Amino acid sequence: MRLFGHRFSIAALIGLAIIAINLLGAVLAPVIAPYGESTPVGDVWAPPSAEYWLGLDNLGRDMFSRLLYGARTTISIALVITCLSFAIGIAMGFSAAVVGGWIDTMLSRLVDTLMAIPTLILALIVLSVLGTSIPVLVGTIAVLDSTRVFRLSRAVGLNIAVMDYVEVARLRGEGLRWIVWREVLPNALPPLIAEFGLRFCFAFLFIASLSFLGLGIQPPYADWGGMVRDNAQAINFGGMAPMIPAIAIGQLTIGVNLLVDWFLSIHSRAHGEGA
Amino acid sequence: MLGLIARRLGLGLLTLWAVSILIFAGTEILPGDVASAILGQSRTPEAEKAIRDSLGLNRPAPVRYVDWLYHFVQGDVGKSLANQRDIAPEIRARLANTMFLAGVAACVSVPLSIFLGLIAAIRQNSFFDRFINAITLMTISVPEFFIGYLLIIFISVRLDWFPSLAMVSDDMSFGERLYTVALPAATLVMVVLAHMMRLTRAAVISVLSSPFIEMAILKGIPKWRIVLEHALPNALAPIINVVAVNMAYLIVGVVVVEVVFVYPGMGQLMVDSVSKRDVPVVQTCGLIFASAYVLLNMIADLLGILSNPRLRHPR
Repeated sequence: MRLFGHRFSIAALIGLAIIAINLLGAVLAPVIAPYGESTPVGDVWAPPSAEYWLGLDNLGRDMFSRLLYGARTTISIALVITCLSFAIGIAMGFSAAVVGGWIDTMLSRLVDTLMAIPTLILALIVLSVLGTSIPVLVGTIAVLDSTRVFRLSRAVGLNIAVMDYVEVARLRGEGLRWIVWREVLPNALPPLIAEFGLRFCFAFLFIASLSFLGLGIQPPYADWGGMVRDNAQAINFGGMAPMIPAIAIGQLTIGVNLLVDWFLSIHSRAHGEGA
Repeated sequence: MLGLIARRLGLGLLTLWAVSILIFAGTEILPGDVASAILGQSRTPEAEKAIRDSLGLNRPAPVRYVDWLYHFVQGDVGKSLANQRDIAPEIRARLANTMFLAGVAACVSVPLSIFLGLIAAIRQNSFFDRFINAITLMTISVPEFFIGYLLIIFISVRLDWFPSLAMVSDDMSFGERLYTVALPAATLVMVVLAHMMRLTRAAVISVLSSPFIEMAILKGIPKWRIVLEHALPNALAPIINVVAVNMAYLIVGVVVVEVVFVYPGMGQLMVDSVSKRDVPVVQTCGLIFASAYVLLNMIADLLGILSNPRLRHPR
């Protein structure tokens, strides 16, 4: 298999397979899942059996079915967050790089201050004021995460903004929109695509951690971080129940990381250092 | 060099100030203020006005900010909304617990990661080196609570060596405390170890490829002396930097780990207060965590300046 004229490495293929399986599971959850998202079907924390592949959870719901529905919620929310943070970050970053001047200075100082505080701490402060709901979660994490996208797209944009073809476009009298969309963006894609994978991992782990803390996605929706929290008590009785959603979280991030590593390696070889 | 240090200190203080404004503004600009948070569902305009008056919420925001910061610096951080008690004593006790946990984790992880990183650098591409690579990918991919529960299952439940709940109290001796926080500290160590180890390795390897190292090899100096006396001092600045970044990361990791092990620290308090929407407590915890983060980053930069003789003795 090839992409952009490069062969996939074995690690990249594994990563791709993991991502594909997860996406399929998420999209086809209602078709594949043997039981409902929140219907109790048996004893609390029943061990895995032929009937219930991964056992039952703290309320006697089927773990495998919940895992599939959880993939839906968790992955889709993480994707929305990442897309939103990229939209904000890229728009701001490229504008700062192309326009420069006081807009650049102001945005950069604001981002510096935001990045001086750990993201989790800032998110907790916002959640304490606004309460926990999915729009608030998505908005907060997207804005906080866009600071990193801003840094990268500004740095990449600065390198491209001094190129001759951008100068030509400027002299031709093209506006800011044209320069950003038609000149800068296409040439900044490789590092941004890799960053998209990493930011997705971050958003995904972050939303899982918040749900684990009880501040993320609220029941009755199944989500992987919340499932770890719900089943945490099982550990004291020797059960493995909380490990199943925790492993689910780990495998997807490992998969995305494998693919990103491969993508970075082909682009560092093809174009030299950086973008 | 004094000028450089003074400039960095000034920048650190400026950042702290900006952070305090941001945290204050975060709870101000956003809709739904403290008064409506106290009243919740049962709010009437009259009750809201009464509470606003008693809390002084009618004064302009800059006045309240100065007032808040002035009291915060003096250690008077106000009252909790949930139970109307002073926050300060509880925060103080919990801050001590959190510092203890993070301190133990730091004391173990820093020397261990530098030591292992050095070995990996000396034995490049060996089995040990590749093993570290794989472990790093694992630890950055799984959330902190995964490692925590893994340790609980194997070390606490199966082997029964350490307690799974880290309940500390004031009348415990130092040894007992260490025993109780063993598992949460181990979790934190594992969270930061791999990253520090890898960057130590990268820093030492990049120094090892420079010409003066080749010179030392040609002179016949034993390998361990080359690494310890020639490579390590030159790799010190990046290592200090990565150590500080990870110590700062501990601040965030500690929040999740405290919840996993039900440890009575500040992270747990903050999470509880967020779900109770107890804004003053969250504000205070947030400002303390953020200050620690800013301070650690500043100390890292200062140590980086001090460890570099080229910056220490300007011409």
